[in-house]
Amino acid sequence: MTTTAVTSGGVVIQPASFRHGIHPDEHKERTEHLEVERLPFVSSYILPLSQHLGAPCRAVVTAGQSVTRGQMIAEPGGFVSPTLHSPVAGRVANVGSHRHPNGSMVQAIEIKADPFDDQTIHGPAGSTLKDWYDLSTDDFIARVQQSGLVGMGGAAFPTHVKYKLPDGKRCERLVINGCECEPYLTCDHRLMVEQPDAVVQGACMVATKLNADQVVIGVELNKLDAIVALEEACDRYRDQATQAGRPIAFDLAVMPLKVKYPQGAEKMLIKALFGEEVPAGKLPLDLNIVVNNVGSMAAISDYFLRSQPVIERLLTVSGSGVIRPANLLVPIGTPVREVLQHCGLRTDTRQVIMGGPMMGQPLASLDVPVLKGTSGLLAFTEREVVHSSEYACVRCGRCLEACGNFLNPSRLARLARVGRLDELNGVHIMDCVECGACTFTCPSGIPIVHLIRAAKSAIRARQAKERRNETKK
Amino acid sequence: MPPLAPNDPSRPTVSSPSSSGGGSPPPSPELLLKAGPFLRKGVTTPRLMVDVILGLGPVVLAAIYFFGLSAILIILAATAGAAFTEFILPPGGQPRGRSLKDGSAVLTGILMGLCLPPAIPMWMAFLGGAAGIGLGKLAFGGLGQNLFNPALVGRAFLQAAFPQAITTWSSQGTVAEFSTIRPSNFALPFMQPPPPVDTITTATPLGMFKFEGQAESLNNLLVGNTAGSLGETCAILILICGLILAIRRTFDWRIPLSILATVGIFSLILWLLNGERFATPLHMLTSGGLLFGAVYMATDPVTSPIAPRGTIVFGIGIGLLVVLIRNWGGLPEGVMYAILLMNAATPLIERVGQPRAFGRTEGGKAVAS
Repeated sequence: MTTTAVTSGGVVIQPASFRHGIHPDEHKERTEHLEVERLPFVSSYILPLSQHLGAPCRAVVTAGQSVTRGQMIAEPGGFVSPTLHSPVAGRVANVGSHRHPNGSMVQAIEIKADPFDDQTIHGPAGSTLKDWYDLSTDDFIARVQQSGLVGMGGAAFPTHVKYKLPDGKRCERLVINGCECEPYLTCDHRLMVEQPDAVVQGACMVATKLNADQVVIGVELNKLDAIVALEEACDRYRDQATQAGRPIAFDLAVMPLKVKYPQGAEKMLIKALFGEEVPAGKLPLDLNIVVNNVGSMAAISDYFLRSQPVIERLLTVSGSGVIRPANLLVPIGTPVREVLQHCGLRTDTRQVIMGGPMMGQPLASLDVPVLKGTSGLLAFTEREVVHSSEYACVRCGRCLEACGNFLNPSRLARLARVGRLDELNGVHIMDCVECGACTFTCPSGIPIVHLIRAAKSAIRARQAKERRNETKK
Repeated sequence: MPPLAPNDPSRPTVSSPSSSGGGSPPPSPELLLKAGPFLRKGVTTPRLMVDVILGLGPVVLAAIYFFGLSAILIILAATAGAAFTEFILPPGGQPRGRSLKDGSAVLTGILMGLCLPPAIPMWMAFLGGAAGIGLGKLAFGGLGQNLFNPALVGRAFLQAAFPQAITTWSSQGTVAEFSTIRPSNFALPFMQPPPPVDTITTATPLGMFKFEGQAESLNNLLVGNTAGSLGETCAILILICGLILAIRRTFDWRIPLSILATVGIFSLILWLLNGERFATPLHMLTSGGLLFGAVYMATDPVTSPIAPRGTIVFGIGIGLLVVLIRNWGGLPEGVMYAILLMNAATPLIERVGQPRAFGRTEGGKAVAS
């Protein structure tokens, strides 16, 4: 927040942002300078068939079967569904019900690691993977689906679906999201600093295949080293592409942004970068924009250049309950308990959060796996746990000035508490992205976003019921 | 890059979980399952109330300086009335005394006391505090539910019930008379207050102007060296305290700003039209309860619009009403009624003052892409 202007090529520019939003304490200082380490393998892995938005995967392995590292163990259950690969060489111990981090019981594949295997990655297409440059767009999209990629920023929406453009739409602008606006989390930051080339490479692959005019990487100003690293990587890529006789046909730029939460929300990011508002209820594609997280871009580069599917991801382990906070490279499916123990979990930990502190979910049990969308694990001792007592809403209006969607969270919470679903639709409850900024800022400690979330799911349930009734008729 | 290289020769080897740990035993803590977000700003509603009370501190001290110990007695009596009522009539089936902890009743009491004249009997001040909390707040369901500013409801109650006592303005004591207590402060309930023999009754600057056409000097108005309610006389101090509270974002700065701007512009126009009949804009701005009301009363978040646009409409409305009542009404002062009327209009203002939602038109339709 101290930096209000940056120089780029000698020109002082005002960093862009969206309106409203909040400035929570960043808590990034414990991990932002720590190099990524690899978590040692553990003895068993749990891979839920549904760790993304969309249809669950279908298991293609059975208990007792041997699998190699990187082998496909579940196929897509539909178009909006990715592939699932084994993160470890070993044996399938079980295909059955297991606890999901959200508390429900879901189908999952459990794999016991083979302690004598050398853990070489056997990518799905192996050495026969064609040069990405020669792939048709449809082939490219199919391969992205085969790579198992889902949005690595946390929403876990299958990435290939975003690339399947409906008629009349095109990807004019590809936005790469390097905001990492959630406090505590630094894994995207480290990725951009340590592997800027992978991020830029992946972005340029997508931009080439989707015929984009422009690639913009949005990074907040609290990550100056990442901005510098990415700019250098962009220059390198331009040179390489020209030398290889494949000069890039689009603008490629890194855009510094003011530090503000929730800038990583894609509509806020688009507003910050271009000053344009995505129409309510619509997707960025409506403005011919596709938004991807930096982690997803690195994963695409890993898949097409090194045939490594999505079998591991970067995540930040932090919080007062963690003795040695870290940015870890963790195989998907590693039990949370193993990750936290590796970093030294204090016995007086009171709360464990999967994801960031603003939008993450609390864990009831540590015996749940790291998922493809897990960007962090935070362990809080009593000192850090929020104990807010609730007071009456005094209509102070702080939530209105926090809401990047310009809603009236105070009114939404009031109506949600008494279940007035029709009126809630009238005040645009479905526009809420549940970023939690209102609740962060509420002096009366009202669980606004929790009330909104509950009302939204009640509205969705009612709509589903109405649809069922209509089809019956 | 080493961490991601897939077929790195120094590829990881399998280790058992026991050797990978940091030595701490696997905890089996009872993990808290609360809804997020798991970070809060840390500003609480009681803290905001305390901030306003602290922001009132200099004004209270000025009241004591100008009006002596009477000021302390009246403020204490009004606060006691407010807190006592909040205690014995807990809102919404809450345990007795819990709602006192949010600090709003005490704040109401202090505000109530500060807008009373110095010679008013203590029992009336107590009754005003009680009526403000009881009729103005608890009858609506407690904090956050009330339509009208409770302190002003209390004052309006007193104005209706004891029109003489609340318009008897005694002049300020000198510093030497600091310990002088006005005997009328101790009048017994439902007895007429004894005539203030040892203090000189006088008129407020607004009354002087309205009924005798004499304007008070700007210096006196700014410093507070005039007759009036306990907290309203020192313009400079209220402005400074209000500025600090606004910078700390304790209240919405748009409200006082739009009130004062409206009063300033409206009265400037009138004064330019007829300088004999109408007071100068500066006299309008610094006299009476305008500054006190704009800074401390109109900014009550519960009874003012929540959306930024609405607060400006609200402020303009108050400003217009103040000028109208002062110039054409029967009373010399109109701030209390102006705020109460706009409190009543607040739900209406809310209907039109909502922000334009992101990606939508003013009408609430999705913008065309």
